[in-house]
Amino acid sequence: MKPSIALIAMVFVALTPLSLQAAGPSVPLDQVEVDVTDQTSLQRGARMFFNYCVGCHSAEYMRYNRLGRDLGLTENQVAESLIFTTDEQGEPVGTGSLITNAMMPVYAKEAFGVVPPDLTLVSRVRGEDWLYTFLRSFYLDDSRPLGVNNAVYANVGMPNPLWELQGWQEKQVGADGETHLQVVEAGSLSGPEYDRAIRDLVTFLAYLGEPMQIDRQRIGMYVLAFLFVFLVLAYLLKKEYWKDVH
Amino acid sequence: MAGNSADKIQGGLLGWVDARFPLSQLWNEHLARYYAPKNFNFWYYFGSLALLVLVLQIVTGVFLTMFYKPDAALAFASVEYIMRDVEWGWLIRYMHSTGASFFFIVVYLHMFRALLYGSYKQPRELIWLFGVLIYVVLMAEAFMGYLLPWGQMSYWGAQVIVNLFATIPYIGPDLVTWIRGDFLISDATLNRFFALHVIALPLVLLLLVVAHIIALHEVGSNNPDGVDIKKDKDENGLPRDGIRFHPYYTVKDLVGVGVFFIAFFAVVFFAPEMGGYFLEHANFEPANPLATPDHIAPVWYFTSFYTVLRAVPDPFLGVIAMGAAVVILFFVPWLDRNPVRSVRYRSLAHRINLGVFAVTFIVLGYLGVQPVSDLYGELGLRLSTMYFLFFWLLWFHSRERSTVFSVIAFAVIVGGYTLYDALRFGTTDGTLVMAMWLLPTAYLFVTMLAPVLARGLGRDRAVPERVTA
Repeated sequence: MKPSIALIAMVFVALTPLSLQAAGPSVPLDQVEVDVTDQTSLQRGARMFFNYCVGCHSAEYMRYNRLGRDLGLTENQVAESLIFTTDEQGEPVGTGSLITNAMMPVYAKEAFGVVPPDLTLVSRVRGEDWLYTFLRSFYLDDSRPLGVNNAVYANVGMPNPLWELQGWQEKQVGADGETHLQVVEAGSLSGPEYDRAIRDLVTFLAYLGEPMQIDRQRIGMYVLAFLFVFLVLAYLLKKEYWKDVH
Repeated sequence: MAGNSADKIQGGLLGWVDARFPLSQLWNEHLARYYAPKNFNFWYYFGSLALLVLVLQIVTGVFLTMFYKPDAALAFASVEYIMRDVEWGWLIRYMHSTGASFFFIVVYLHMFRALLYGSYKQPRELIWLFGVLIYVVLMAEAFMGYLLPWGQMSYWGAQVIVNLFATIPYIGPDLVTWIRGDFLISDATLNRFFALHVIALPLVLLLLVVAHIIALHEVGSNNPDGVDIKKDKDENGLPRDGIRFHPYYTVKDLVGVGVFFIAFFAVVFFAPEMGGYFLEHANFEPANPLATPDHIAPVWYFTSFYTVLRAVPDPFLGVIAMGAAVVILFFVPWLDRNPVRSVRYRSLAHRINLGVFAVTFIVLGYLGVQPVSDLYGELGLRLSTMYFLFFWLLWFHSRERSTVFSVIAFAVIVGGYTLYDALRFGTTDGTLVMAMWLLPTAYLFVTMLAPVLARGLGRDRAVPERVTA
């Protein structure tokens, strides 16, 4: 009995410490703790997402009204503060619509060289730490067509849409010989304020990738509690039946 | 069974049915009066658990097909539709994706049980053959299912696996086009994989499972002692060491189901991606034929064989080696000719062989998810060699071997791969090659030569008359 359990444990131990995260960036990632149960953080993140991201990116597997329900917003609040997209007639789209963007793919391709990717699942592809670091790693680079580059995603086609918050960064070699990104022109937020804002945005993206994750864990607790009771009863039943096996 | 005639004269609905369909007879033959050895241990849970997972996969799969769209333009979005808009769709989908991995966990443990207790030996060879067929069909089923979400890893994983057939001389390229139905993995491929995944292969799988169980119930279950319980019957002709499957093993398996479900639902509810092993990160990006992911790794349950493939430099020979690694399982009943079934009474040399095999298979699996490096490449080659040596040793340990035969066989095998090492000397890191050379050599020394030096190591023990507690 014992060695067999040890064997299975070994299999799991062998599997757990590794992660198959897509090929790592060249810079170490900053760690971020996100709490998708924090509704105010989610709401602040959503505001940033709809103000700064949805102009170019879509979240086309997600519906506005689902977002509203999960973030504690009324249908009216969703319609008034989140929906910037219109239908063919120029009317704002309904709250049951998927979150598409206003930019034509052909135009986007012309402007940036690539069609900006859909962001619904970006947190599940890249991971939260990657997003948190990426959004804080834009720097001025004259060699790029838009004048900006990114330390995490070299030669990214995207400019820094958050420059008015963060300001502009430059790559500088510090006293320790390492390259650092240094703010050379301040934005409207201080460094720590900007980090907090990005954390809110990443929290929102983490929610967006798997909107049922809070339900999932809550229901999971009940299911496991039930199964433990089931296991005890099954064990007692087995013991009772097996009394006459010698 | 003769005892059933008494039941058959009863009236009522059951009597009416029994006169027209052998309901009571089936119930008795397969459950209530199927006598199983009373000494089943931990390892004997996995047969019924495999059946449970099969049912789970079919039921959740039926619900998924109600919402899934097998169309390259719609497939990815329809999976997200299931995850977001379909009531409880996320639960059904996570149960199905987690179920695939748990199917392999359970089946691997079930197969290892057969190796431990010699459950493939006479008269159970056909049970083993049906079992290996089930395993092969299951691999095809899992592979085709993995294409359906139409993510990047679905697409490129399928690309890699399908292209393996392209290495076959002459017919390879045309064969691959025929399999895909197109010149690249496309909508046509997705459609046919869907048909095979939801109809053809599940039908074959169910038929094979029925055959597996019928064959088992024809000859009776083996047990951890490898004792034939039918040899010792009481005055009523019932085996003294047997107990009725129902209710004894049905209630016992219920405990197994409880433990299994706790592990299964812990993953479903708290770690459905399992760190990128059950659902790979890159698969949350829609398939893009123009952009290759940085690192293509198959899902964990294929990675042991993937390492065997990568260990051989020539692509076609690699495919042959990988195929052979699976096909050789079919021959196990005729390789291991030792009359002692259970590992409990087999020699220490055989037990070491089994233990090394288990570790080898797991480490091969680990190497399969890692990017190639010199160290891992060399380790993969040595462990692939050891994977095949296990089967040779299974035959070798069929009886106690003479000193002369042991020494000559050892020298030939070690000489064989040492010659291969000599031929590639200079093209590789010599120190690494020599260090890794020690692995199979030590393995063969302990399992082949040590029993010559200390005879006790290679000697099997007496099997008891009756099962032990």
